[in-house]
Amino acid sequence: MVQFEDVVKRFGDLEVLQGLNFSIAPSERVTLIGPSGSGKTTILRLLMTLEKVTSGVIRVEGEPLSHMKRGGQLVTANEAHLRQVRKKIGMVFQQFNLFPNMKVMRNITEAPIHTLGVSKDEAHERARELLDLVGLSDKADNYPSQLSGGQQQRVAIARSLAMSPDILLLDEVTSALDPELVADVLDLLKDIAATTDITMLIVTHEMGFARDVSDRVMMFDRGVVVEDGPPSQVMGQPEHERTRTFLKAVLGEEA
Amino acid sequence: MGSWSWDRAGELLPLMMEGLRILLLVTVIASAVALILGLIVAIVNRSAPKAVTVPLFGVMEFIRNTPVLVQAIFVWALLISMLGTSASPMWTGAIVLGVHYASYTAEAYRAGIDGIPKGQWEAITALSLPKPRAWWAVLLPQALRKSTPALGNYVIALFKEVPILSAIGVAEMVTQVEGYAGANYGGSLEGFTMAGLIFLVISYPIALLMRKLENRLAN
Repeated sequence: MVQFEDVVKRFGDLEVLQGLNFSIAPSERVTLIGPSGSGKTTILRLLMTLEKVTSGVIRVEGEPLSHMKRGGQLVTANEAHLRQVRKKIGMVFQQFNLFPNMKVMRNITEAPIHTLGVSKDEAHERARELLDLVGLSDKADNYPSQLSGGQQQRVAIARSLAMSPDILLLDEVTSALDPELVADVLDLLKDIAATTDITMLIVTHEMGFARDVSDRVMMFDRGVVVEDGPPSQVMGQPEHERTRTFLKAVLGEEA
Repeated sequence: MGSWSWDRAGELLPLMMEGLRILLLVTVIASAVALILGLIVAIVNRSAPKAVTVPLFGVMEFIRNTPVLVQAIFVWALLISMLGTSASPMWTGAIVLGVHYASYTAEAYRAGIDGIPKGQWEAITALSLPKPRAWWAVLLPQALRKSTPALGNYVIALFKEVPILSAIGVAEMVTQVEGYAGANYGGSLEGFTMAGLIFLVISYPIALLMRKLENRLAN
């Protein structure tokens, strides 16, 4: 579903990802953990084409994301190609990034109508289903600023699901929320994980959630994968000292 | 010149009202040019390649940093030499003034566009919204909210600069006064006093309105 082949990402002199290789199977739920600056978020941003790889290839459903075939050769992808591949991918951001000038309903229907060409009626019907799913049926006519952070994030989740993505990227989606609002959002995501077969890449510091929802946990440090396996192994019996130190630090914080 | 004469004031008033009509017409045309062209420049600056934006930046700097009086006379003279006859002073003046102010409004729009949080652009990418749609539905509504007070102030400033166009013979209010005073050896005192009052009566309420709008948009 997703493949990283020797992916290097540099910001100036800083090498954030150092020749990364991994692949993710369809419907797999993968959580990326690691200290800040380890490159987790960069992986999501590369997949969403918010950043460009310095070298290497990322494939989504076999299609190279950063490159396209032209005359038997791989050349840098143009905007049209990016848009095509991007449609398969949805992303939920730490800061929600809802459109403040649009009501909740239009936030959800805008892209299905104007990106996918879905009819207005169909988009509205789907949006109502999604609002029901995220428990905000009564907020369709509110502006984002009238909602709590947790509600805004649930709208943002509905907005990304409205595009029917094959892959959902969740970038620290509860980090900006007040503690009492975190549980609602995590419960919703668990619900989505349980009832759909969307492939998920999750960056989070919520270790309990990561354990519950993931098939696989990848521990990153300084741009390389330190440990990769089921949560019971990586989080239960980590082999590497760096993983142990990290988990101790994060769990210590939570306790 | 002598002392104030109500007779002269009475003769001047109808001429000045005709001048005011032209003044307002020029303001409307020039404002439309400034508001539309400035927006186009701001969007092009944000989305076009460097080969376009760098020369465009140079042109805008040039326009901003030369007097509108010089620009108006230059374009006027250029048109005469190209056409062999006079162009319409009103249209020439309005368009020159509009283009001049576009170089300012473009900056006001740019400030509004720069004020849009990065996350909005990222959400647009994540949702693959087509660019024209993203500008129309997401970016411009947010940018305009921030730019509106500055744009309003430029329209007021533009309105007050229209008399500069008397240099190329636009028959606006101040030109009318000058014409009358030249022909009648008097009337400058009355004419310019009334012109000042008319400017004040029109621009002050608009300025107050803009300030109110500014406060409302800030909250």
